[in-house]
Amino acid sequence: MPRIVFTPHLQRHLSCPPQSVSAGTVREALEQVFLANEPLRGYIVDERFRLRKHVVIFVDNQPITDREGLSDAVGPTSEIYVLQALSGG
Amino acid sequence: MSSKILVSTRKGLFTLAPTSDPALPWHIAKVDFLGDPLNLALRDPRDGALYAVLNLGHFGTKLRRSDDEGATWTELAVPEFPEGCTLYANGFAAPTDVRSKERPATLMEIWSLEPGGPDESGVLWAGTIPGGLFRSDDRGASWRLIRSLWDRPERAKWFGGGKDEAGIHSICVDPRDARHVSVAISCGGAWTSRDGGDTWTNVSQGMRAAYMPPDLAYDLDAQDPHRMVQCPSSPDHYWIQHHNGIFHTSNDCALWEESTDVAPANFGFAVAVHPHDPKTAWFVPGVKDERRVPVDAKLVVTRTSDGGRTFETLANGLPQDHAYDIVFRHALAVDETGERLVFGSTTGGVWTTADGGEHWHALPARLPPVYAVCFA
Repeated sequence: MPRIVFTPHLQRHLSCPPQSVSAGTVREALEQVFLANEPLRGYIVDERFRLRKHVVIFVDNQPITDREGLSDAVGPTSEIYVLQALSGG
Repeated sequence: MSSKILVSTRKGLFTLAPTSDPALPWHIAKVDFLGDPLNLALRDPRDGALYAVLNLGHFGTKLRRSDDEGATWTELAVPEFPEGCTLYANGFAAPTDVRSKERPATLMEIWSLEPGGPDESGVLWAGTIPGGLFRSDDRGASWRLIRSLWDRPERAKWFGGGKDEAGIHSICVDPRDARHVSVAISCGGAWTSRDGGDTWTNVSQGMRAAYMPPDLAYDLDAQDPHRMVQCPSSPDHYWIQHHNGIFHTSNDCALWEESTDVAPANFGFAVAVHPHDPKTAWFVPGVKDERRVPVDAKLVVTRTSDGGRTFETLANGLPQDHAYDIVFRHALAVDETGERLVFGSTTGGVWTTADGGEHWHALPARLPPVYAVCFA
């Protein structure tokens, strides 16, 4: 199963440990995580489910390309990293 | 009487407590959210709760509440724009600028937060960037957009002042009638509702916008009130520090009067009104508009006691040599007695007075840039 990991910077605000997800896209992976951790949603995406301006996501070491739809594919063994973008300071 | 001062800064929330030393009357008693930017903090006088608005650089705007004097903080919901809310295309934006096209509205910042009326337990109002007004009936657990203001066609004329989008920074709930709510928008003028937010009227008559073409100077929707406050004991009196002047109304916003000949400058962001004397108000002036530093690098407070006809310059205890402090719109506050004031600056200075501004005392600390202060 794909594995999703969140930046340790978030741990100061709320708990979001690494976890395995059953998902074919980044959006599906995040939706699954948010289902059990609703407060995390607003830290990663806005109310239109678009990636926040200063958050970046890598899938298998490649930055995702669809920041608005989060449709980037996730494979069965993918590693998804959700990180802070340095553009945010 | 309020026993604390909350100082919201670029790097955390600092709680000041009084000392017994008249030369150093306040000290830092507590630091919360160290490292996080805070837009503002608030004490709800109805239940004693503390609220803190965080504006995290990576992870967005957050709202927290403490019911135990800041020992613990609970994360609350933030206002969210419903599906279908859009920002108008900005006619001044270059074609390559995202603002040149209509696009979904999403929360950028909470720019103001105020309790509802004394008889409205749990009610909070929040003003946001972009220019939304939201109401919570459950102490911030949930929010709803006030569509009646958002859907006004005049919103197409609003524009950002120092921000990419217009925002609501001032909310005044009439102490006589909590259904009478007034807001001020940079840039979109002052608006009021007398029916709890069902209908709205622009009440900017008399304001003047020097930054517009002459024929549009009195356009109600082009006004940039930097900060609006209402006198608690005489609620027909409001004051505004506007982008290009100081305005006062004594007739419940029917007509605003501009103060002229305001020395050393009529530019600034903040205003505080005396809680028991509607003709007394304080300001922190700066060189207009292109420079935004204290006049002659001397930090002063101005005070009128006659409804804006004349102004005194108060400088006792304030730096008068190479001072470049600017005081943002939420960074000047007066307490419920009208004698104690506090302000904080962009360069991290905090000054307090216990005699209406005759003498000021510097907090012996260099804080991060100060965004907001309040007595609590």
